[in-house]
Amino acid sequence: MDRRAFFGAGAAILAAGCSPRVPATPPGDLLSTSHALGHRLRDGPFPAAGETRRARVVIVGAGVSGLSAAWRLRRAGFDDFALLELEREPGGNARSGANAVSAYPWGAHYIPLPTREARATRLILAELGVLQGDPDADRPRYDERALCQAPQERLYRNGTWEEGLAPLAGRTKAEAGEWQRFHERMRAFEAMRGADGRRAFAIPLEFSSRDPALLALDRVTMRDWMRGEGFGSEAVNWLVNYACRDDYGCDYRDTSAWAGIHYFASRGASARDAERDAVLTWPDGIGFVVRGLAERHGLRAVPSALVHRVEEGARGVALDAWLADEKRAVRYLAEHVIWAAPFAFAARALAGAPPALVEALRAWDYAPWLTANLTLSEPPHVHHGAPLSWDNVIFESDSLGYVVATHQGVATRPGPTVLTWYRPLSGEAPAAARRRLLSSTRESWAEAALADLARPHPEIRAITTRIDVFANGHAMVRPRPGLVWGAARRRVTGHRGRVHFAHADASGISIFEEANDRGVGAAEAVLAALGERAKSVRWAG
Amino acid sequence: MTGTAEHVPPAEARAAPLAPSAALNRALLASVFVIAACGLVYELIAAAASTYLLGDSITQFSVVIGVYLAAMGVGSYLSRYIVSGLVTRFVDIELLIAVLGGFSAAVMFLSFAYAGPGFRVVLYAIVVLVGILVGLEIPLVMRILGERLGLKDVVAQVLTFDYIGALAVSIAFPLVLAPRLGLIRTAFLFGLMNAAVALWAVWLFRDRLRAPRVVALRCAVVLAALAGGFAAAERLTQLAEHQLYADQIIHAESSRAQRIVVTRWRDDLRLYLNGNLQFSALDEYRYHETLVHPALAALPQARRALVLGGGDGLALREILKYPDIESVTLVDLDPAITRLFADAPALRSLNGDALNSPKVKVVNADAFVWLEASREHFDFVAIDFPDPSNHSLGKLYTTAFYQLLKRRLSARGIAVIQSTSPLYARRSFWCVVTTLESVGFEVTPLHALVPSFGEWGFIIASQGPYAPPARYPEGLRFVTPEIHPALFGFPKDMARVPAEVNRLNNQVLVTYFESEWRRGSAE
Repeated sequence: MDRRAFFGAGAAILAAGCSPRVPATPPGDLLSTSHALGHRLRDGPFPAAGETRRARVVIVGAGVSGLSAAWRLRRAGFDDFALLELEREPGGNARSGANAVSAYPWGAHYIPLPTREARATRLILAELGVLQGDPDADRPRYDERALCQAPQERLYRNGTWEEGLAPLAGRTKAEAGEWQRFHERMRAFEAMRGADGRRAFAIPLEFSSRDPALLALDRVTMRDWMRGEGFGSEAVNWLVNYACRDDYGCDYRDTSAWAGIHYFASRGASARDAERDAVLTWPDGIGFVVRGLAERHGLRAVPSALVHRVEEGARGVALDAWLADEKRAVRYLAEHVIWAAPFAFAARALAGAPPALVEALRAWDYAPWLTANLTLSEPPHVHHGAPLSWDNVIFESDSLGYVVATHQGVATRPGPTVLTWYRPLSGEAPAAARRRLLSSTRESWAEAALADLARPHPEIRAITTRIDVFANGHAMVRPRPGLVWGAARRRVTGHRGRVHFAHADASGISIFEEANDRGVGAAEAVLAALGERAKSVRWAG
Repeated sequence: MTGTAEHVPPAEARAAPLAPSAALNRALLASVFVIAACGLVYELIAAAASTYLLGDSITQFSVVIGVYLAAMGVGSYLSRYIVSGLVTRFVDIELLIAVLGGFSAAVMFLSFAYAGPGFRVVLYAIVVLVGILVGLEIPLVMRILGERLGLKDVVAQVLTFDYIGALAVSIAFPLVLAPRLGLIRTAFLFGLMNAAVALWAVWLFRDRLRAPRVVALRCAVVLAALAGGFAAAERLTQLAEHQLYADQIIHAESSRAQRIVVTRWRDDLRLYLNGNLQFSALDEYRYHETLVHPALAALPQARRALVLGGGDGLALREILKYPDIESVTLVDLDPAITRLFADAPALRSLNGDALNSPKVKVVNADAFVWLEASREHFDFVAIDFPDPSNHSLGKLYTTAFYQLLKRRLSARGIAVIQSTSPLYARRSFWCVVTTLESVGFEVTPLHALVPSFGEWGFIIASQGPYAPPARYPEGLRFVTPEIHPALFGFPKDMARVPAEVNRLNNQVLVTYFESEWRRGSAE
């Protein structure tokens, strides 16, 4: 008996009668950070500068932190600064894109309701008309259109969508009880104040308590802390690992317990007319905010500028940049530099800096991420269970699920849309993951996204017209134990000179409010050093 | 070994050359693949149809599958009583399955439409009969193949293809068959495949059959009947639909947005969208008079009006009773509706040909999106949206929407909003009231009894205090100053209840509406 012939016949029947022909991967572009350009920083060499430019202040990096620093300088009436950006577009992790269907995010896509400590964030949101009324109010009012519309999130598990992110359906009472206990524990941390009277976990984290008992949490991993506290159930462990991967691109086995708890216990701001877990979001994620800032204040960055040498002197800073688009080198002579780019790059660019500082800067390592934007000719089909939400999470997937760009729209008939699919490469060592990320083709990542989304949406391939992919090798700092409250960060943020370290790296966790506060803080330090009178806009306690 | 009573001696079959025999085995195994697929598909169709018609998918799927498997066991047992004419019996069984299975979905849908509660009897009769026949199939094939192969090989190969066939169809059913072909067509398609297997078997064993032509003719008849069924699937669907709608269907179409059905019974015209009644010509005047006149008659200065939703032109008809109205803009999502009510003679006479009035401008757009882009001001706005039964429709009842509405109203303008039933969906109704108040409207709720709907609610939202008009246009059949106390008075069972403000970021109204509707339907 010829078995192969039968299997062949069976397969032929399958192919002819039952399954659709597998079509090619939908078209799209591959975006990546200026990785090759960045590598020149390591490999060099650079030609001598043919032009010298003068600016009293140079800001390196036009992500949220750099733009926030520029915003703060403008607000003080200070215009003599240059803003340099490695990429073609400003925005950093708040970058976004747009096509005929919708604008969509490439990175961060929401801001939780800011607490009173995140004062600069509140001021910016007030400028943009998102926060209405007094920015210092205990419960401010926000523009209804910026608040995430209901339904906010759902979870795909056991073949159906459940409302919210609790994977509890079908669990034992003990597991449900542990879930409850975990959340009560986090609420207790949220309300807790340290021996110094400060909130245990604040955003920006600068305003958190320095109580040693709390900082000790930064010395263990989140997973070990959970083990120690007896949180062993699958549901709670999944949620916590999901949260660490979502916010930090870092598995909870590698994340500091302080950072892990911070995610759950630092928010809880309230607002009029909104639930306490409400978030602010726009079709292009927080691209709306950086665009608004840049447009309102005419903030323009010098694009494709690779800063490869920064020499801090007693009277000023010499900064060499390679302008890749113009293919020439320029030197900036500035009184102060605000470094609002990843710290690991500063370790390479700083010339003549104290070795201890350079060594400290090497403590930062970065999570590689992949983002795919899928343009759909129609919304994902309606299945049983919770309806399409803003954030749609697939239980126990390597991905973080997807957000829907048109969710904040008001059309009553669902039409074409864009899904932003996130995949942190958190399960492997960052360097190896980065190599894999940058050596894989767009098609292979597009197929990975389709395969992941086909679980809840079998029709996904047929309704996807385009998949654009963004491979971000250094997406965000990984808050491993010891980074947030360790010696390296103390050394860098304690540096008193003409180079001021801003960027979310200065906090050790990559969220909008941290980047914003660090940028504003660095700008205020520069203003003070320059003798400009400016009252701080940061939280004063 | 049994089944050697065909007119060709078994020795001859055994003595046949190896190649044709191998080909025969192969053909039989291929047919095992097909019949396994067919066997499973009928089970899936029965389960899916019962879920679709009766709901409760877990119960329907488990009971249907359980009964089906048990019936298959019965069939397998019965196979021992078939001792002679194996091939003929096999062909007969295939044809029976083809007919029963092929027509199963159509019969189920029609019986649901016509027989009502008898549907379950029909469903389980089909499940049991098809199950028994499918249970008979495999033992027979094994025995036919057993004549030429050893037990070991037969069991291994037949069961292999049985399971692979089941796998193939269980994957294809949810992905391709059910969504693309629909249940009725899928059933006919697999019936055709069963019949084709029967015909193939006739050809393969033409030497062993006593009257192969007669059997082949039977196959042809069955094939023709199933092909006819496949071709007429759309008609069968309509037939079932005609029965579900009590009255004669005078128009039915599926637009991009919805299924539109218009029925007529004597002088009653009814419009259904996705199966939900929109109006009955017998009492719609009560609804539309209450929607329009208490507000518009109180606005003698009104010149420019806007209707959101209401593509049937019935609210327009009432608005056009005011000669001072200079222009009315009607914004309805579905061009199929506005086209239908502008073209069909019976519907044009019902709405007084309002959609063709020179004063009327029809816009087919999403009302929220349109309102956001609009820079015009209106003295009167009638809002006749579908009830807030999902999050998309719920957006049209939020503070965000009403703030836009407020901006588009002239200084002394008034809007009226249809707001579901204050009796059946009491909290939903008062939620809309609360939401309108929260954006700064003066709010005057009113209600009317519309027999085909029940007690129905509306809300007048004005920029300043509202006073009911002292007089109305001539010729109204329901609204008069005399019934004002009944319109504006809310008895205890519809009186105000506390409700949250409906916002885009909470959509509480959808939650209220869902729970009230579910409770209502359970009563």
